Amino acid sequence: MNVETFKYDNRIVRAFAIATIIWGIVGMSVGMLAAVELFYPGMNLNVQFMTFGRIRPLHTNAVIFAFVGNGMFMGIYYSLQRLCKARMFSDFISWFHFWGWQSIIVAAAVTLPLGYTTSKEYAELEWPIKIAIAVVWVAFTVNLLGTILKRREKHMYVAIWFYIATALTVAVLHVTNSMTMPAGWFKSYSMYAGVQDALVQWWYGHNAVAFFLTTPYLGLMYYFLPKAANRPIFSYRLSIIHFWALIFIYIWAGPHHLLYTALPDWAQSLGMVFSLMLIAPSWGGMLNGLLTLRGAWDKVRSDPVLKFMVVAITAYGMATLEGPVLAIKTVNSLSHYTDWTIAHVHSGALGWNGFLTFSMLYYLFPRLYKTELWSTKLANWHFWTGLLGIVFYVIPIYVAGITEGLMWKQFNKDGFLQYPNFLETIVQVVPMFELRAVGGTLYIAGVFMMTYNLYRTAKAGEFEPETEAQAAPLEKTPAVVHGEPSWHRLLEGKPVLFTVLAVVAILIGGIVEVVPMYLVRENVPTISSVKPYTPLEVLGRDIYIREGCLGCHSQMIRPFRSETERYGEYSKAGEFIYDHPFLWGSERKGPDLAREGGKYPDAWHYNHMDDPRATSPGSIMPRYPWLLTQDMEVDGLPWKLCALRRVGVPYPAGFENGPAQKSLKKQAAEIVSELKDGGVDTDPNKEIIALIAYLQRLGVDIKSAPEEASANN
Amino acid sequence: MSVIIILILASLGVGLLFLGAFIWSVRSGQYEDTVTPAMRILADEPAETFSETKSKDKST
Repeated sequence: MNVETFKYDNRIVRAFAIATIIWGIVGMSVGMLAAVELFYPGMNLNVQFMTFGRIRPLHTNAVIFAFVGNGMFMGIYYSLQRLCKARMFSDFISWFHFWGWQSIIVAAAVTLPLGYTTSKEYAELEWPIKIAIAVVWVAFTVNLLGTILKRREKHMYVAIWFYIATALTVAVLHVTNSMTMPAGWFKSYSMYAGVQDALVQWWYGHNAVAFFLTTPYLGLMYYFLPKAANRPIFSYRLSIIHFWALIFIYIWAGPHHLLYTALPDWAQSLGMVFSLMLIAPSWGGMLNGLLTLRGAWDKVRSDPVLKFMVVAITAYGMATLEGPVLAIKTVNSLSHYTDWTIAHVHSGALGWNGFLTFSMLYYLFPRLYKTELWSTKLANWHFWTGLLGIVFYVIPIYVAGITEGLMWKQFNKDGFLQYPNFLETIVQVVPMFELRAVGGTLYIAGVFMMTYNLYRTAKAGEFEPETEAQAAPLEKTPAVVHGEPSWHRLLEGKPVLFTVLAVVAILIGGIVEVVPMYLVRENVPTISSVKPYTPLEVLGRDIYIREGCLGCHSQMIRPFRSETERYGEYSKAGEFIYDHPFLWGSERKGPDLAREGGKYPDAWHYNHMDDPRATSPGSIMPRYPWLLTQDMEVDGLPWKLCALRRVGVPYPAGFENGPAQKSLKKQAAEIVSELKDGGVDTDPNKEIIALIAYLQRLGVDIKSAPEEASANN
Repeated sequence: MSVIIILILASLGVGLLFLGAFIWSVRSGQYEDTVTPAMRILADEPAETFSETKSKDKST
């Protein structure tokens, strides 16, 4: 047999490993900052780039796409080469992928604090960065599929399937959710409006959890767990069933993020049923992982790699049981908008993704540097500190979440809300927020221990840039035999793969073509009193988006008596047809704002933005003094109005050249005189004026036509 | 709500893609052996473990 000698590329693995550690520390530290701001609002030092609203997306993007993303690539680049018995398809693409991904992260770290955001959760980055993500992701996919094509091992180990699913599905998700109309270099409006935007967003959001945080890491588990335990997976057959079942069910579960919202009921039920079905494959996978260690539990005692893995797999099991439970409508009616969701994602993120990443790092460094781990003892310290950190994080936040849910719904015996002031409920859980920060500190302390340990390991060893290996090539396919085995010839030899790629291409193309035309026509008013935002309100809404207000304030009143009593009439789908993007939010650290318009005088908003504690003692909202001093950006207005018109908002032709500016001035002058009556003197061109205009508009359209609103109920 | 059609099409597209991949994998005999692949990955490195020796013995 003709045996080939080749080299695995370890440099790229090391690069991704180092990036994982660095971004992990950055992302978690930003998370700590956000956590502290929730009980000590002055923590942003009155710097606008550090408010919770701007820092939160930075934290989520950094830990998901920078920490877990780099961790995923590290594990895939290491395991894929060995599973395929082939070097990565192209070194150039590998490094393009690496540096491209890091540049995107840096761009995110710069733009998010500056307030350049689309506001769509986990997809906040503005359009030029979105395009860069698509390009880099395609490069990764080509590298992945190329390596699989030139593999020397006919059988594709189950991990590879998980990697393929990740690459292809994330591409489709990203493109579908990124349909956006630019209104300047770092500003764009979602093509979808209101309910439609919400549905696309959470179809994306849920599947991002599924295909970015779960499937790649399951693939990595199926590689690194057997390797670390030095025994085969408990049941390879089960792992195959795990994969196919998971893939086919996962993509339908998204609507469980929108239970009891204005989404049609059947879609909600569909999401709930598929979410419940997910327990089966998820637990199959978890048990498969844990049972792999049967008869090897003594190794778990001594090997930190396995210790981390056991906790990771257990956390996966807990999170995938809790997820379906939260997707049950009854449970969701209590849990939605509360910190329960935060606890849920963190048990998954800290336990499953975090600990599996740490275990891979502890596994890889000694192997890449041809030495032993510098200190097993320190790794054990990391393990216990990290575990304690998770406990101190999730338990207080579970308590906080359930407390919030129950307090929001509590009526007294006379049938009134027991806690009519939202502030009472949040003050109650502030001590839990403090405990959470303790947990976070412990978790990060563990990461620092790991960093030092791995640094010493690297110092003690000698890096092996390439590992030599030998294997026989696969039998060549007929297409390659005649002529050059070019990339495309290889594809032709694999009709199925070719079809797959073609379908992906068609799908993406089709979506790009169809979506804008199709949806614009769809956005016809169903409630005639709902009108487009005025130019001043558009600017105000953009400030609302920039400051990340939706990180803490929802704009979606669910049809429960406890909510309609507290906030007013429940939200209807027809109210959001001009909302590009939708701003329903997913969290309530403050009251819902869907019916905020007209609740308070303009001067109250002015003073509240200047210092929330002046109007609401005990509030945890940060101060926004810069809104009072910064001038609003009127130059971009024509761009914005044109972009909004293009996505279907019916501003009359030529509105942006004159009439819009006139309307803006008029409305601003009205607010200024209102403010004067309330004892506040200010200029009509300050940002606060636009924000007040927007806040006073929220939910009032439907109030102006009460008969119509009730007819729509 | 017409956007749901796009999402269903995208989801179905992904689903069909994987159905195709599944059919291919079964037909091409990927799953005829469900025992040895699990064993094989354990032997993909030289038998010498990293801790026993730092020698450059790479003969497989």
